[in-house]
Amino acid sequence: MLNWLRRPKYGSIERRDTPAGLWTKCPKCGALITTKELERNLKVCPKCGFHHRLTAEERLAVTLDENSFEETDAHLISGDPLRFEGYPEKLAEAHEKSGNPDAAIVGFGTIEGYRTAIGALDFPFMGGSMGSVVGEKITRIAERAVEAHLPLVVFSASGGARMQEGALSLMQLAKTSAAIARLHDARLPYLSVMCDPTTGGVTASFAFLGDVILAEPGALIGFAGRRVIEQTIRRKLPDNFQAAEFCLEHGLIDMVVPRPELRATLARLLRFFGAPRVAATPPIATAGPAEATSTAVTATAGSEDV
Amino acid sequence: MVTVLPERDREAEARAAALERQLAEVQREIAVHRPRAEKDGAEADVLRALEARAAELREALMQMPIAWNAVALARHPQRPKAQEFLAALIDDFTELHGDRLFRDDPAIAAGVGWCEGRPVVAIAPYKGKDTRENIAHNFGMPYPEGYRKALRVMKLAEKFGYPVLSIVDTPAAFPGDAAEERGQAEAIARNIQEMTRLRTPILVVITGEGGSGGALAIAVGDVVLMLENAIYTVIPPEGCAAILWRDATRAREAAAALRLTAADLAALEIVDEIVPEPRGGAHMDPDRAFATVRDALRRHLTALDAIPIDDLVRRRYDKYRRMGYYEERP
Repeated sequence: MLNWLRRPKYGSIERRDTPAGLWTKCPKCGALITTKELERNLKVCPKCGFHHRLTAEERLAVTLDENSFEETDAHLISGDPLRFEGYPEKLAEAHEKSGNPDAAIVGFGTIEGYRTAIGALDFPFMGGSMGSVVGEKITRIAERAVEAHLPLVVFSASGGARMQEGALSLMQLAKTSAAIARLHDARLPYLSVMCDPTTGGVTASFAFLGDVILAEPGALIGFAGRRVIEQTIRRKLPDNFQAAEFCLEHGLIDMVVPRPELRATLARLLRFFGAPRVAATPPIATAGPAEATSTAVTATAGSEDV
Repeated sequence: MVTVLPERDREAEARAAALERQLAEVQREIAVHRPRAEKDGAEADVLRALEARAAELREALMQMPIAWNAVALARHPQRPKAQEFLAALIDDFTELHGDRLFRDDPAIAAGVGWCEGRPVVAIAPYKGKDTRENIAHNFGMPYPEGYRKALRVMKLAEKFGYPVLSIVDTPAAFPGDAAEERGQAEAIARNIQEMTRLRTPILVVITGEGGSGGALAIAVGDVVLMLENAIYTVIPPEGCAAILWRDATRAREAAAALRLTAADLAALEIVDEIVPEPRGGAHMDPDRAFATVRDALRRHLTALDAIPIDDLVRRRYDKYRRMGYYEERP
């Protein structure tokens, strides 16, 4: 859970830091690219292929069909169960900075017309750390997926468990993993996508429990932080240690998929695993004939009783 | 869902810090006087007085209701190790080795035996009593293969419907490159998930250190007991202090902030029962500590017997489902 505190070599949300936000400098190759062009390219550097981090909203926007997203459980907010010094202030600051109430957004949507439950962690919000709210949202969307008989896709980007909620954060590993187990028991597909970075408690729970695990190129993926490992083994680690490609090589994940291909890859997998197809970019109200769709909408409407 | 914990006893923390400073001062004086006393016997009575004062301060400090006392006791070198609890609680233990995939992890033991006359499958991380043993057991920090061995024997328990008894005392999952390469995160996630739906009773006793995900990977259960001076935390206090204040020496404050004591965890409804320890800690009278745990286990084993397995698994889900604290605002 230490990873996200170590300032990465590359910046992530560059937009606001660059003069007038017109140009973005690639932290990997140094190329200056107009922010517009970078955004058109899904925030992948057109010169070197570096994948800039996306916020949860950006992630959903580049993944889901236009206007297909129905958010659920948006009203959950963190409390301060431990009365942990400075936590309420940190939450307020993160809310201010990210515009989100906490570090996860969940709901339903379609990917190339395939209907699915979906969640995305928001790294700018306290490093995407998992406290009670993130754990509850992931759990609820997994339970809703079971009710609606839909697949689940989760994009992770997190430093791990949220220290300020102590052992309650740790218990979110058990809660989310139990909910994912129900999804498996219901024979519903769960696709886990690891984005930069996915570390600590999130890897030790739902992120590594996917039927299929995908990752973006260069994403940092691991349980323990690099610095802790280096101190423990008293050796320098190679640069690519815990990179997505390293994990692929060691058999820990199924595939590394460049962002421009991610949407099509997810759609292909959703189709294979039997996700219900609705029209490609339908207005939700008139969404296709698939039975699961109407179930999903009902489940969303009856959201209070979970 | 749990309620917000009461405010910390900051006054007690401040008094403890003052005692701590006094003790440090007395110890400095002892260091000055001891060589003289040892050399010619002069000032022997001064030294005796100082040592008595130090003992007094230590005793007073131990009586303070502060989190750090639990941290110190949970990590005490003389504290009975998980393997000693295992030996005291399980008769005719037969250790089983290896995860069938890579190797046998010496940081975690697993096997079968009898507890209070019933067949059980037991799991316990091993810490050493001295440096040599500690190195042999990797300081009780398992590799992925340790967790996979534990899962293998839990599946064995499920096959025969025997209860699982997990004795937890581990500072952490081992943070090493080889552990990462072999999927430390996956191994922990897998264990946690399987334990939430294992179709046999699971009893957990946290006897010493419950170190984050590395502990939870063997600590999901129907009944989670925690010794009075054990600790259970999402991050070690040193790590928390390093992150919060960039100063690992402020671990005492972090220990207080993290709410890692048995009393806190019971209040947060993360542990089901606190097992009292002999005065001064389990190491003062290990046999009594073992007996108290044995009594609690007997009670819970009997109670779990009466619950049909479908109900048990559903209850376990509901128990973890409730954990957390959040607010819902329209």
